Amino acid sequence: MSKVLIVAEHDGKTLNASTGKCVSCAQTISGADIDILVLAIDASSVAAEAAALTGVSRVLTVEASHNEHALAATWAPQIAALADSYSHVFGPSTTFGKDLMPRVAALLGVEQVSDIMAVEGAYTFKRPIYAGNAIVSVSVDEGSKVVATVRTASYSAAAGGGSATIEPADVAVELPSHTRFVGLEAGGGDRPDLQTATRVVSGGRALGSEENFKIIYDLADRLGAGCGASRAAVDAGYVPNDMQVGQTGKIIAPDLYIAIGISGAIQHLTGIKDAGTIVAINKDADAPIFEVADIGLVGDLFKIIPEIEAAL
Amino acid sequence: MKILVGLKRVVDYNVRIQVKPDGSGVVTDGVKMSINPFDEIALEEALRLREAGKASEVVVVSIGSSDAQQQLRTGLAMGADRAILVESDQPMQPLTAARVFLELANREQPGLIILGKQAIDDDCNQTGQMLAALWQRPQATFASKLELDGDSAQVTREIDAGLETIAVDLPAVVTTDLRLNEPRFVKLPDIMKAKRKPLDVVPFADMNIEVATPITTTHYDSPPQRQRGVMVEDAAALVAMLKDKGLLS
Repeated sequence: MSKVLIVAEHDGKTLNASTGKCVSCAQTISGADIDILVLAIDASSVAAEAAALTGVSRVLTVEASHNEHALAATWAPQIAALADSYSHVFGPSTTFGKDLMPRVAALLGVEQVSDIMAVEGAYTFKRPIYAGNAIVSVSVDEGSKVVATVRTASYSAAAGGGSATIEPADVAVELPSHTRFVGLEAGGGDRPDLQTATRVVSGGRALGSEENFKIIYDLADRLGAGCGASRAAVDAGYVPNDMQVGQTGKIIAPDLYIAIGISGAIQHLTGIKDAGTIVAINKDADAPIFEVADIGLVGDLFKIIPEIEAAL
Repeated sequence: MKILVGLKRVVDYNVRIQVKPDGSGVVTDGVKMSINPFDEIALEEALRLREAGKASEVVVVSIGSSDAQQQLRTGLAMGADRAILVESDQPMQPLTAARVFLELANREQPGLIILGKQAIDDDCNQTGQMLAALWQRPQATFASKLELDGDSAQVTREIDAGLETIAVDLPAVVTTDLRLNEPRFVKLPDIMKAKRKPLDVVPFADMNIEVATPITTTHYDSPPQRQRGVMVEDAAALVAMLKDKGLLS
């Protein structure tokens, strides 16, 4: 039987929705027994949230001052030590999991499966390559431990209402002191988190400046939406990097995605192909974004956005 | 201080990838090949550190077939001092690639190894982290700013929550994100000069590296395509349609 250990992503207080998505993925492995591991300085509130996810058997906690920040060099040896009795170790394919899980895999001496988008069997998975322009079926040797990241846009979070047991785990490994947390400059503010928002409004290079991007923020706020951007807008300095949607930014799957002044490079489309409904607003009727949009509107965004707000 | 930089030969960023009709792979015959864009950023960063007097030598490394010599020559033309090709005709997965870099780290004793955060072909995003684990050294992934300060470095990382800064003792592994720098263009005289720079070819088989059990790819599929939808005339029609679908209230 498969035993899956999922490494919880959290900010010290709240469990990130990516963890519930990993649980949903693990549940598609037939008969899997699922545990969640919470590393933290104080795991209580995060562990309680994790224990409430349906389908989880146990929540293991390792509380220590060195677990205050998710430093891969510090966390990976602890996870590798606890991985012994598990057949699978999963983390989310967010920057947290992408940083951490390969270090775990290397300590366990196995190759990693990145970005699981579908489970076909306990050792066979589907994952995207070439910016999602090809999907491969891969199989891991059945004698090996499976270390993997889960593509969060492919799964919805497991429901609440569960009641897993919470228990501290003992882990005695030597930890390095060569990597130290210095600080975090958080972006975002009060808007819904881009990766979990049900609606997202994104702007592209056509906005023309940082000041002009305000029109996108205002529309997002009117719609209660998260706010994203194309790589071009980020590179031009209009918005911070954590707003980038696409192959090398965030992969998202909102119910409604509104792309404004975004031409639709393949690398951007990679980040939104799981969206429910895509709306594109662009002055160029030949922009590639219209090839994938469910609803398209050609015109000047500076004229159209106020008209949308008036029609709401 | 010596810096090692990894340069992977990949299908060029601008090529539209096609899956072969029989699902056995993607079409790579006759398509343009280039240095993985994140690796170009890695090399640019190393060159800037050398130009700022903080590094003495920049060595570019590729693992792959002899064709990867082209990408190494481009790296030499950009300004690297010498190149090493670990030659193998077998595609190499990240853990085995990390073992190759570990062996080179032991031989070359670099203060810094800079790699791209991911290759745009397999999109794995693993090798740097795996190398750091095997080398038992720090990793600073997805770097958008790198500052050396004596025996340590401060690295700003692009993470989902914003910009995180960590301090790492050297030697360390850094992987690059897009906004670390803008790579320079290669000038013609430098291409000529690069032909005379040293490029060592080391057969993979001579390195005594154990190949990790690979993950087997059994089939390639084209992704499901989204269909082109409808066009609306104006903002009012758009809002009406979204309300109709229950996406706006």
